[in-house]
Amino acid sequence: MSESFLLDGRPIAFTAGQTILQAAVAAGAYIPHLCFHPAFKPHGSCKVCTVHVEGHPRASCTTLAADGMEVESDSPAVNAERLALVQMLFVEGNHFCPSCEKCGDCKLQATAVDLGMDSAHFDHFYPDRPVDASHPELLLDFNRCILCSLCVRASRDVDGKSVFALAGRGIGTRLIVNAASGRLADTNIASDDRAVHVCPVGAILPKRRGFAVPIGARVFDLKPISAVADPSAAIEAR
Amino acid sequence: MPPASPIAPADAARAAIDRHHANPLELLQVLREVQEDCGWIPPQAIDRIESGLRLPRNKIEGVASFYAFLSTKPAGRYRVRFSNNITDRMLGAKALMDRLCRSLWVERGKVSEDGLVGIDTTSCTGLCDQGPAMLVNEGRAIGHLKEARIDQIAELIRGEVALADWPPELFRVEDNIRRRELLLAEPPAPGEAIDAAIVRGPGSMLDEVKASRLRGRGGAGFFTGVKWEACRRAAGRTRFVVCNADEGEPGNFKDRVLLATRADLVIEGMTVAAFVVGAKRGFIYLRAEYRFLLPVLEAALARRRAAGLLGEAIRGVAGFDFDVAIHVGAGAYVCGEESALIESLEGKRGTPRNRPPYPVTNGYLGEPTIVNNVETFASSAIVAIRGGAWYAAIGTPVSSGTKVVCISGDCERPGVYEYPFGFRVSEALADCGARSPQAVQVSGPSGYCLAASEFERRIEFEDLPTAGALMVFREGRDMFQVARNFVHFFAHESCGFCTPCRVGTQLLRRLMDKLANGHGSPYDFAEIERLNGHLHALSHCGLGQTACNPVLHTIAKFRPAYDRRLEHDEFRPAFDLDRALLAARQMTGRDDEAAHLAQEPEEETP
Repeated sequence: MSESFLLDGRPIAFTAGQTILQAAVAAGAYIPHLCFHPAFKPHGSCKVCTVHVEGHPRASCTTLAADGMEVESDSPAVNAERLALVQMLFVEGNHFCPSCEKCGDCKLQATAVDLGMDSAHFDHFYPDRPVDASHPELLLDFNRCILCSLCVRASRDVDGKSVFALAGRGIGTRLIVNAASGRLADTNIASDDRAVHVCPVGAILPKRRGFAVPIGARVFDLKPISAVADPSAAIEAR
Repeated sequence: MPPASPIAPADAARAAIDRHHANPLELLQVLREVQEDCGWIPPQAIDRIESGLRLPRNKIEGVASFYAFLSTKPAGRYRVRFSNNITDRMLGAKALMDRLCRSLWVERGKVSEDGLVGIDTTSCTGLCDQGPAMLVNEGRAIGHLKEARIDQIAELIRGEVALADWPPELFRVEDNIRRRELLLAEPPAPGEAIDAAIVRGPGSMLDEVKASRLRGRGGAGFFTGVKWEACRRAAGRTRFVVCNADEGEPGNFKDRVLLATRADLVIEGMTVAAFVVGAKRGFIYLRAEYRFLLPVLEAALARRRAAGLLGEAIRGVAGFDFDVAIHVGAGAYVCGEESALIESLEGKRGTPRNRPPYPVTNGYLGEPTIVNNVETFASSAIVAIRGGAWYAAIGTPVSSGTKVVCISGDCERPGVYEYPFGFRVSEALADCGARSPQAVQVSGPSGYCLAASEFERRIEFEDLPTAGALMVFREGRDMFQVARNFVHFFAHESCGFCTPCRVGTQLLRRLMDKLANGHGSPYDFAEIERLNGHLHALSHCGLGQTACNPVLHTIAKFRPAYDRRLEHDEFRPAFDLDRALLAARQMTGRDDEAAHLAQEPEEETP
């Protein structure tokens, strides 16, 4: 007998040690998330995957599943909290979806659409974040970085390079690269590194490929993110 | 003589790396020592640390940029930081800082053009009973600031007098102990608690701690015996005992006084804990603002090693080996959270971990670790000597023992007071000579704001748990500005890990500034309440979860302070065209009428 919990009333089987979100993704059930990726250890920072477990808010990516647990996810109350988080991420950075090469393949944008976000609600911070176009094959656009640290984890744990790290504190938290110059061109990153492809937004982009797939034919143009089985894998495959 | 960086950065880094045996876990200590020697962390020092500790450069930069007292850019040969706590502000810190800035021709937050001095504010320095206070070059605290003292300091800086040659009375920190019970009474002889624990044996000693019903004194109130037992039972290769002396909650300074006057009792309590759980190594995590206590603590440790109270076979008991190292922080309130503190001990950014697992099973280096407050360890030493039942008879049935509180703000006798648990706030107010108090902030910004009608409430876990701070506000103090000061504090101290706290505390800060600038409407009240819901429900740790407390409490109890700022019935944007031109006015040196677009009054930052 495998153990299971109830996600909005639907039984989800899990194995010992799996978190709620890990089990949900494995079962093909959707819980909104941004800093989580099934291939990586849960990080628990974006909090967009927050669910209510027996009435208490919990980050589903880091909360262990338990037999018989009742998890509320797709409800107006929980989605309202997620919407506020996504709006916070929008005002914190500079996200101009129509002019972004990642438009249609971006988990932040797709999650916002799926949650019915029609405005950023809060006042924009308009931070000053220069881009790093130094690398011949890759562009780093910090304006779009949501500090999920997937590239940090991928570069360190998969690529074995530690090209990326978080620096600063609080609202000054920012992504930095491993070079005395601070420039991506002076790191040992390669365009086939996992860290390049794991970005859920348009912060790390291969150059000269922006519109190889036209807008309108991209992953989340075709289906809402909630209907894509493994959105992390789907955009990575692009 | 000028103190101009006598040590080359690479040499400073090499020496620090050698002192810490090239151990990458000691990254934060290495960085802190380079900062002390060079006044900042130059790239050449980072080059050296990169090779010496074999760490990626961006990890070093990531750690260095997390802590407020580490600078990766030149920060001035003299670095002056004024305590920005509300109690310092009420004593005139802002005007004194402006005076020093004018005197030394430097703008707040910037370094003077000749690289001589940088002046800025910092979070509460824990000298609230002798403020306004400042820190010079990270480690040195100066209290009792007055205009004459500011002018004296300006003269010393202008003359480039080395800190070692500054008049010692500037750096005198007072204990201000006003009321004594168990911990602040005549201290027991060193070794007395350890001897009592040895006679009992580890299991029985643990039983005594459980019987004492001693609870954590950092504010959360977890039962100490339960924590120790969980650590003792957890599987691990080794165990660690950590003393949380990162007393960052504004208004708190009782741990400073306990460390300065009762270091033996605190270390004795740590040793008893190590005996119970079977730990070989311990740490004292000392907040950067208390760097001046490092020699005091090092001396206490040396004395105890010489007396056989630390080291191998303590008191001749084979296998009872325990020693303590001091880890000095570098300016981060969030490191008072126990899992962030452990990350920082491991030389990382002070980001709270995902829990569970908790430190009692997976703490320092993943091994079972107990983290207790300074006062908790001191209390457990008393429990070892007097026994659990004796201790439990003091205080109330739920809150046994005594509590050391630190009182500051509008009162005649600010300082440290020790009471048996269960005392009324009004009693403390009478003892400290509070001047017509309208409010008391209990425990600090994350705690409770009491109105006069609540002064009969009691300090005890059943009613008002506290880390120790009681900040008194007399009639006439603007409680909106008090709350705004606290909101600025949280926004400054958010670690930035989770979205709700990183962004939410900034949104809250902007809303409070909007009200202060006269653009508030009822819409903004609704927004503040909504934000509170999100921060409370979604934040990763207590910092974000409690960041709205000061605002909610003051709205509920001091509504007129907010209402008089509601200049509009309907929503107004926060954007202010005239304010937006401030930078242009500064650059052009203009302040005439034609350089303004509207004439709205500007309020002082609290």
